[in-house]
Amino acid sequence: MFDLDDLYQETILDHNRHPRNFGKLEGCDFSAEGRNPLCGDQLVIYVKVEDDVVEDIRFEGSGCAISKASASLMTESLKGKTRDEVADVFQRFRNLVMGVDVDTPSEELGKLVAFHGLSEFPVRVKCATLAWHTLQAALQNESEPVTTE
Amino acid sequence: MKPVTGAKQIEREPVAFDVHRIRQDFPILHQQAYGHPLVYLDNAATSQKPRAVIDAIVGYYANDNANVHRGVHLLSQRATDQYEAARGKVRAFLNAAQTEEIVFVRGTTEAINLVASSYAGPRLGQGDEILITGMEHHSNIVPWQMVCERTGAKLRVVPITDDGELHMEELERLIGPRTRLVSIVHVSNALGTINPVAEVVRMAHDLGIPVLLDGAQAVPHVPVDVQALDCDFYAFSSHKIYGPTGFGVLYGKADLLDAMPPYQGGGDMIRAVTFEKTTYNELPYKFEAGTPNIAAAIGLGAALDYVEGIGLDVIERHERGLLAEATAAVRDVPGVRLIGTAAEKAGVLSFVVEGVHPHDVGTVLDRQGIAVRAGHHCAQPVMQRFGVPATTRASFAVYNTSEEVETLAKGIRKVLEVLG
Repeated sequence: MFDLDDLYQETILDHNRHPRNFGKLEGCDFSAEGRNPLCGDQLVIYVKVEDDVVEDIRFEGSGCAISKASASLMTESLKGKTRDEVADVFQRFRNLVMGVDVDTPSEELGKLVAFHGLSEFPVRVKCATLAWHTLQAALQNESEPVTTE
Repeated sequence: MKPVTGAKQIEREPVAFDVHRIRQDFPILHQQAYGHPLVYLDNAATSQKPRAVIDAIVGYYANDNANVHRGVHLLSQRATDQYEAARGKVRAFLNAAQTEEIVFVRGTTEAINLVASSYAGPRLGQGDEILITGMEHHSNIVPWQMVCERTGAKLRVVPITDDGELHMEELERLIGPRTRLVSIVHVSNALGTINPVAEVVRMAHDLGIPVLLDGAQAVPHVPVDVQALDCDFYAFSSHKIYGPTGFGVLYGKADLLDAMPPYQGGGDMIRAVTFEKTTYNELPYKFEAGTPNIAAAIGLGAALDYVEGIGLDVIERHERGLLAEATAAVRDVPGVRLIGTAAEKAGVLSFVVEGVHPHDVGTVLDRQGIAVRAGHHCAQPVMQRFGVPATTRASFAVYNTSEEVETLAKGIRKVLEVLG
């Protein structure tokens, strides 16, 4: 059985306490809002894209440790990636937190593997994926707020 | 409010309250959660069911199942007798004057929607007002917003104090000549506050304004006497008082219910139907269209028997003790802030842990076998009032113990260990 330390890994706790790339990104090309009203999680993702590459990405908002750390680690891991690469990492991340193909954790996930324990906490998967779905909406220029509830 | 003791409680032989004996009545409590004994502290969301309630429901389906108010046969008669016996038990439980004043509905939410639609709807016009409070559950906000939108009436909200008490001077200021109905919660689900509802009813009645009380969180914890309160409507849900889900009660004074049009049309609520004209059934059937949840009514009846067998005064005393212990234990944990510190509270401990989101608190407690609610408790305006996105809420029932309160306090310390 997974215990709490598997969920609340040091990397996650660190990014919860000290979120990276936190705050508004002035002059961004895309932004979108994510909201999980039942939890009260709420965030905005800002992205700057040049020549199909994520030049800069930031977020702001409030939420639980999982949603905040996920957003923070996401922004760190996607800078310099092309849109296709972003979609690929998202797919791998989703597989990781849902417990799909867990035997082949991929190099591409880097620090995001800290979320490997999440598949044992299915009700919290929506917290981890909120930032990612919101980013996807931003890149597709959708104006409706995103939810994973 | 002065506690009102029902006749049944006076007749009861005094027996010492033994919580461990009570726990034997609840089969679900005897299990492990993640390797720990289950500590169920989510009673304000729904309570667990005693064997007597489970048996009553099983017994009905195994022996007596038939439709009510229709059949000429034996089973239908038995089903009808039991269904109506449940109504009689509810009448006695609330001390309503007449059985006709007890309308069976799907829950508190439907009861309030019924009053909004059938009582308020036809009476409201432009500029009229409905008065609620800042500590209402969404179910006592949204139905009024909907009827206001339809009629042009306005929703006025009595603010609450920093302790989570009703601001009585503001209430006095806001209640006025345009107020058509006051609808307030008896006990707050998010804060635990017991409101001075008898006083509110008096103030409203001085101006000739009827009052609806949302009693969903009150009836499991404090004795309620609708005649002593003199409220015009009282709503509660079966599942929060050890009965089945999807069932509840609207009490209404007979003259008010009589003057109201039906809420829904269909079978059982009619006297005669032709394509030209339909005449409606008498109270309470006018408001009970369609085949009701017969098993749930019987289950609720069994739940009320169970509660009265212990005595609400005894339950209230036990839960007050737990709340006092929990308040003291949790308040001592560094970084914990209680949300809702009214002088009069029932069975609810809402709190936030500094720097830790309630959902993380809930997850850490869950892995220690402790079931609590983390979220906005369907009372988002209350969360906004206290400037928090959500709280963690532990809520107590008759079967909770002092040991469980200690486990909760230890659990919160573990939260700080993991996430602090």
